[in-house]
Amino acid sequence: MGFFSVLGFMLIVAVLLLIIRKERPEMAVLLAIAAAGMVMVSLLKYVADILLVFEAMARKASVRTEYLTLIIRIVGIAYLAGFGAQICKDAGETGMAAKIELAGKIFILSMGIPVMAGLLDVILKAF
Amino acid sequence: MDINVIFRIAGIGILISVLNMVLKQAGKEEQAQMLTLSGVVIVLLMVIQLIQRLFDDIRSVFGF
Repeated sequence: MGFFSVLGFMLIVAVLLLIIRKERPEMAVLLAIAAAGMVMVSLLKYVADILLVFEAMARKASVRTEYLTLIIRIVGIAYLAGFGAQICKDAGETGMAAKIELAGKIFILSMGIPVMAGLLDVILKAF
Repeated sequence: MDINVIFRIAGIGILISVLNMVLKQAGKEEQAQMLTLSGVVIVLLMVIQLIQRLFDDIRSVFGF
């Protein structure tokens, strides 16, 4: 699925959305969710390859693996939060989009706590 | 990323809106409402399958 197919796919969906949004706005939202979901699925392959490269580099730099899995999981949450927030904005529900982004931030922060604690220990040990 | 699902959903949407106009002309408002609801439910079931596939893939890639 090259870039061109994603671009063409999205242009077609944009036109269809325009047609449907006039009479049936709820169908337009469902169509937007379906199209966004399909593009995100097809982009996952590339994201997975990038993550594999990062893992290889981190292993070479002997970074501890639990930090790496944490980072990958945080990237996943950001990936999904962006997906959900944008769909809610398209549907006109900016309030819901803000809630999704807030939830994403909170989960990312809660996952980042152990990393920060580890960093603090390293710093305190240094002095 | 097959376009067929998109065309199917768009087709259902357009069909529903056309049938609604016809029903409104015929004076059957409640049938039109029922038709809209059934259309939304059908499309929602299709979209839910797509979303479920998306979440499974993301769970496997990002190791949730």
